[in-house]
Amino acid sequence: MISAFIFRALKGHIVVTVAVILAFAVLVPASNLLLAPDHALHIPTYVMSLMGKYLCYALLALALDLVWGYCGILSLGHGAFFALGGYAMGMYLMRQIGSRGVYGNADLPDFMVFLNWKELPWFWYGFDMFPFAMLMVLFVPGLLAFVFGWFAFRSRVNGVYLSIITQAMTYALMLAFFRNDMGFGGNNGLTDYKEIVGFSVQGGGTRAVLFAMSALMLALCLLIASAIVNSKFGKVLVGVRDAESRVRFLGFRVENIKLFTFVVSAMFAGIAGALFVPQVGIINPGEFAPANSIEVVVWTAVGGRGTLIGPIIGAVLVNAGKSYFTGAFPELWLFALGGLFIAVTLFLPKGIVGTIQSGFTGRKAMRAAADAEKGRGDVTAVAQAAE
Amino acid sequence: MLIRFITLIFLILASAAPSFAQAPDPKPLFNQLADADFNAAEKLVGQIATTGDTRVVPALNAFAEGDLYFRKSDKAVFAAKPAGAQLELIDPVTGESAGQVAKGAVTKIRINNNLRRAIRAALGGLTLMSPDRGTRLSAADAILRSPSAEALDLVEAALAKETDATVKARMEEARAVSLLSSDRSIDDKRAAIATIGKLGGRDALGILNAVSSSIDASLKPDLDAAITAIQNEQQLWDMAQNVWYGLSLGSVLLLAAIGLAITFGVMGIINMAHGEMVMLGAYSTFVVQQVIRENAPGLFDWSLTIALPVAFLVTGAVGLVIERGVIRFLYGRPLETLLATWGISLILQQSIRTIFGPTNQEVGNPSWMSGSFPVGGMTITWNRMWIVVFSLSIFVGLLLLMKRSAFGLQMRAVTQNRRMASSMGIKTPWVDAFTFALGSGIAGIAGVALSQIDNVSPNLGQSYIIDSFMVVVFGGVGNLWGTLVGALSLGILNKFLEPSVGAVLGKILVLVLIILFIQKRPRGLFALKGRAIEA
Repeated sequence: MISAFIFRALKGHIVVTVAVILAFAVLVPASNLLLAPDHALHIPTYVMSLMGKYLCYALLALALDLVWGYCGILSLGHGAFFALGGYAMGMYLMRQIGSRGVYGNADLPDFMVFLNWKELPWFWYGFDMFPFAMLMVLFVPGLLAFVFGWFAFRSRVNGVYLSIITQAMTYALMLAFFRNDMGFGGNNGLTDYKEIVGFSVQGGGTRAVLFAMSALMLALCLLIASAIVNSKFGKVLVGVRDAESRVRFLGFRVENIKLFTFVVSAMFAGIAGALFVPQVGIINPGEFAPANSIEVVVWTAVGGRGTLIGPIIGAVLVNAGKSYFTGAFPELWLFALGGLFIAVTLFLPKGIVGTIQSGFTGRKAMRAAADAEKGRGDVTAVAQAAE
Repeated sequence: MLIRFITLIFLILASAAPSFAQAPDPKPLFNQLADADFNAAEKLVGQIATTGDTRVVPALNAFAEGDLYFRKSDKAVFAAKPAGAQLELIDPVTGESAGQVAKGAVTKIRINNNLRRAIRAALGGLTLMSPDRGTRLSAADAILRSPSAEALDLVEAALAKETDATVKARMEEARAVSLLSSDRSIDDKRAAIATIGKLGGRDALGILNAVSSSIDASLKPDLDAAITAIQNEQQLWDMAQNVWYGLSLGSVLLLAAIGLAITFGVMGIINMAHGEMVMLGAYSTFVVQQVIRENAPGLFDWSLTIALPVAFLVTGAVGLVIERGVIRFLYGRPLETLLATWGISLILQQSIRTIFGPTNQEVGNPSWMSGSFPVGGMTITWNRMWIVVFSLSIFVGLLLLMKRSAFGLQMRAVTQNRRMASSMGIKTPWVDAFTFALGSGIAGIAGVALSQIDNVSPNLGQSYIIDSFMVVVFGGVGNLWGTLVGALSLGILNKFLEPSVGAVLGKILVLVLIILFIQKRPRGLFALKGRAIEA
């Protein structure tokens, strides 16, 4: 049964995408490490880190697509889960600094020494252990999503109301993390990392491994997401998106379905955040900013929501565009981004991938219909293609 | 005529008082200052004051300013003011010039803070006799602020002659305050405590607390009772002040949210660019003020009045363009509207940043918006006061428009049943467009008001958008009254949380409370009643 669940995930286009991602996971680090710096195909370390960052964003967009594209929950707070995962990783990395900080205090991170704290707060316990920190990367965003979703879905807060309170959630978290006495480094966040599981964070090899890990996790999460949406559960999920009341009247517990999806999605976002932090070298409360979460929505919308592959493509494209624009015409970037928001919603509601797919299936349906008219095809092919 | 007569009598009394009281001539007292140390000087100042001779006031003032000198040759004391390279000496009592000397010929009499305080008290006592009512009043106030036993005799002397009721009451208080630090009888002091207790306020509390350690034990219960009474009253005023701050914050929220209440509440459009409309309104104010500054500085006090219609038209027009250009294609798709309007907000922000630069712009306050006035134990600033008045009048105006005008009727009809309204001949697309323009215009007007209390920068709108949504969602969508109650209660809640938990944590708590509240009542405080079910 489990194998059936997994096999169902392996739709043609998903397999291709996973293969491409895995190829990236091998080829990019290989080119970075093995080829000489002056070789034409050599990828410099900073470009690899940048691409690693895009992959983390792609994973975040995938997480959002799972809830928005398939469950109809437009979360404007997914940046919060991303940032929480990032903070969990950041806390582990802070503990790894040990006595190499500015103040040389082995027990406390620098900012706590600076704030004159005497001992480690309880919520920092255990973060010196890598497995525990990784568990927290999943657990903390998952728990927040569970508590938040449990309240929200049970009382049937949906549509725009849900969007607005998720935005309020990430805004409140941002304000909270900006406070110095929260114990998360306040304004400056957590930075100045030294090493991760014994390897220097700055080292070229570590960077390559981090990139490969990002690609692997993206592929893995894509498979999981595909398995979920292609299962029977996935069909119900789409039902919830399109006609929530009807699904409820059919006897499904809509709130549990939503809650499960929301929590899984939050955990994906947490993983993305955890991989993001060592590659950019800092996590600060700015990641909680509501604007960041909305930007994730636009990546997903550009790529095509409800397609799983679309958000990955959208995230990479938009961020590559952002890197280019902020370098070449810094003042034009917001115009471009704003224009993108409007253009996509007005002219490309299905996104890039969605439009291509529907064009593809549309042609198939037309061909089948033409065939049926000539008496060569059968009616079921038309129905299947139209589905 | 009568007033002039009384004034004349006062003048005569004031100038005659020293001779009748056969007080010592202040002149030798001044001369003793030349050899006195600080303590002795303090006593001398007291003695000079008890002469009651008001002619010494300028000299004492000069002393407080450090402009009192003695002549090295004969140790005679003079006030002095610079006259070119030399100093012009002035007799301390008569005020007549005593010729000019070189700076080396005189020595400055040194002064410290204790001495300054003594001088201030002495001056307070002396000016109590002044013929001018205002001067006497401020003299009594001066004693109230820095009471001393020395001033007591002076106050009582002045009291005996005082006829003006207001001044007399103030002097009574000054007397009571001074009495506490003197060596009068217990009963006098008890009465004095009662008087101060009635006076109330922080100053009275400070005086009572200051004497509580040194006072006779038998007076302790009276004193404690008076202190508690004042503290209780103070707490009430603090509470009132908090309510006022809350109302003021609430009215700001109301201003920011009321336009949203129309677009989101009535039309169901999530306008994420609403904050930018507020920002555009604030920038319109800035532009209007710039034009006025350059062309007609005399009109500056009218700048806000001129800016109001300008901002309304500018933002209303922008809103109309947005509705016709983008939003009308997205009706029935609220989540997409949210994204598109967010894109619009980015573009508007960046346009303003490109045109005006990223820094804060200076928007001036007209004279009637600056300053403050006291109400009992609290102070109210005029700009806050006007903003409360302004936002309430906008609310009332909007309510009237919705309930009493033909346009309001059409608007409500389209909200309730679009197809039916359309069948009755209402041009629904235009009602949509103008409703959106109205909401945007109101946001622009809000921007004019907010430019007075907030930084006018391209990010102005961002700081209000989340709060505004909270207000509308909390108050209940589609109901202006809900927005009013929502805004005011959130404002007051915020200000009451602030003192105990701090501003940021208070804000976080409010957000969490709203999130919890939405779980309980997903349609807000004042939900529209109906049987419609979504999707």
